Amino acid sequence: MSMMDTLRELGKREEVFSFLQHAAPSPALDTRHGPILYVEGVTKSFDGFRALDDLTLYIDDGELRCLIGPNGAGKTTLMDVLTGKTRPDTGQAWFGQRLNLLELPEHVIAQSGIGRKFQKPTVFEQLTVFENLELAMHASRGLWTSLRWRLDGEQQDRIDEVLALISLTEQAHAPAGVLSHGQKQWLEIGSLLMQNPRLLLVDEPVAGMTGQESEKTAELLTSLAGKHSVVVVEHDMDFVRSIARTVSVLHQGSVLAEGSMDEIQSDARVREVYLGE
Amino acid sequence: MLMRQPFVMRLARLHSGFGWAVLLLLTALALVVVPLLNQFVTPDSALYIPDWLVTLTGRFLCLALVALALDLIWGYTGILSLGHGAFFALGGYVMGMHLTHNRMETGTIPNFIQFLGRDDWPWFWVPFQSFWFTAVMVFLVPGALALVFGFFAFRSRVRGVYFAIITQALTFASMLFFYRTETGFGGNTGLTDFRELLGFSVREADTRLVLFMLSAVAVMLSYLLCRYIVTSKLGRVLVAIRDAESRVRFTGYNPLRYKLFVWTVSAMLCGLAGALYVPQTGVINPGEMAPANSIEMAVWVALGGRGTLVGALVGAGTVNGLKTWITAAYPDLWLFVLGGLFIAVTLFLPKGLMGLRQQMAGRSKQ
Ligand SMILES: Nc1ncnc2c1ncn2[C@@H]1O[C@H](COP(=O)(O)OP(=O)(O)OP(=O)(O)O)[C@@H](O)[C@H]1O
Ligand SMILES: [Mg+2]
Repeated sequence: MSMMDTLRELGKREEVFSFLQHAAPSPALDTRHGPILYVEGVTKSFDGFRALDDLTLYIDDGELRCLIGPNGAGKTTLMDVLTGKTRPDTGQAWFGQRLNLLELPEHVIAQSGIGRKFQKPTVFEQLTVFENLELAMHASRGLWTSLRWRLDGEQQDRIDEVLALISLTEQAHAPAGVLSHGQKQWLEIGSLLMQNPRLLLVDEPVAGMTGQESEKTAELLTSLAGKHSVVVVEHDMDFVRSIARTVSVLHQGSVLAEGSMDEIQSDARVREVYLGE
Repeated sequence: MLMRQPFVMRLARLHSGFGWAVLLLLTALALVVVPLLNQFVTPDSALYIPDWLVTLTGRFLCLALVALALDLIWGYTGILSLGHGAFFALGGYVMGMHLTHNRMETGTIPNFIQFLGRDDWPWFWVPFQSFWFTAVMVFLVPGALALVFGFFAFRSRVRGVYFAIITQALTFASMLFFYRTETGFGGNTGLTDFRELLGFSVREADTRLVLFMLSAVAVMLSYLLCRYIVTSKLGRVLVAIRDAESRVRFTGYNPLRYKLFVWTVSAMLCGLAGALYVPQTGVINPGEMAPANSIEMAVWVALGGRGTLVGALVGAGTVNGLKTWITAAYPDLWLFVLGGLFIAVTLFLPKGLMGLRQQMAGRSKQ
């Protein structure tokens, strides 16, 4: 297979340069008819325990949505389902009108424009910060392209730009493994930016960050909305309040309430779940 | 365009100036100095390199090539194979089949095929009469096996120890297949009694010298190929797969393709090594596929230092040098030494000999 693929890659070498076009969503992505993400009736059980229970959720193109909920509510599991890591028992999940997320493998979902930041920061520890960003950079993911890959000036600038944005310019050539927890969070966010996805799924971005750092993250995420759709999972209510437009509350695997931060806070059921909040 | 840097420039950057100088020096040593000292120095001189040493070094070079191939998949991609002996032996058998053709008078067939009740070559033997067909098969046979095996193993996401175990099973199964007389590969005796290759006698010292030089060239070119791979972005994807494979997927790369690519390249390099090894040893038999052989190959790489390429070469040279000396001087001790070496490396040299320098530098700083 690998040789066949290499041959096929050879045939379309003009694609090597196509990453120069920046925001390049998959041509198959069709959002003309409303939401960018449709999740309908998704259920996922682990040994009889329903981590997701008939969950329905829509995200609009360009929207910034916060997802909150107590521990074990199913927030991470939802992201697992959307990125192909976990297959649900029943339900539908569509990216735009045409891409059935439940049928695509992880790498195809990522290529079609869904980027993800994990709850536990995962970076490539043996690679440098710079190389981490370079790998994430939006470009053809084929073998041949990777083998012949060279950064051009424009791409170099783009990486420098992101390095400055995530305050890691000085550590650019240090292995990512030596970064602090907060810096790894930043690096993962930086990698997401390099991927330039249409939809960003961001799981607990400010865990382990100082107040100042998390303010900067808030700023960054809000600035992304509009061009990108962003779904943020976060426990830090101050952070959520500072970025949220619409908030969805997840509880026991389904959406308990949805609305603005004020509406959510005055909702009786939500207060019950968050007793003490 | 900036991107379109000439290939030569990319090649030139594979190494620092110092690295290239060392490489050039070693190549000159193998292709000029050794032949001179072997051919034109009288045997009583201290500088004389005897024929046996040339052949021994030639064989070591083939084994070093295997170590290099193993480092590509284990050191860089984090996939431990304990079955590379199978790919090595397959390359050897392919060459052995051609050499067997060469030793038979036209119209005659070897005894082990007559015993099967036939009086002509089986179909799968016939094309190996051609040297060029053989030369291609040296790569294609191990490559095809690796491709099919790797596809199923990687697609099912078999990893770590489980993968290592099934590669042991692969080499063991291949060994049993070649052991059987009915399969037509000479059973437990294997293929031997070789006479000539491309019209040159493989028993002549001169041919042996050329084979040594070819092995050196093969190691050098393969080293450059591996270096090209690991210094490219593809190489960084491999390291990323080693560190966090699922993250690689969520970044949009398909690890299956990348793993399959290096795995197959690695197997092909082993095939080349086997094909060069067999005319220098004069025999290929299923013993080469014994599971222990493949484990020993992993020890070479571990001793030299994983993920460095040079370490693999150094490790293969060191272990095989020791082995040659010890099995001659104290034949019973070798397995203990090998085991002890493995334990010592695991405990004290996690980065192998290549890491030793770093370790010493670190200690002197403290
Ligand atoms: N692979 C799995 N196997 C078994 N149970 C799982 C698995 N993944 C998640 N769960 C369970 O599903 C439930 C939901 O988990 P999930 O990680 O989605 O919660 P969460 O909302 O992200 O919580 P947190 O805020 O703590 O991150 C938990 O009770 C968890 O134990
Ligand atoms: Mg979670």
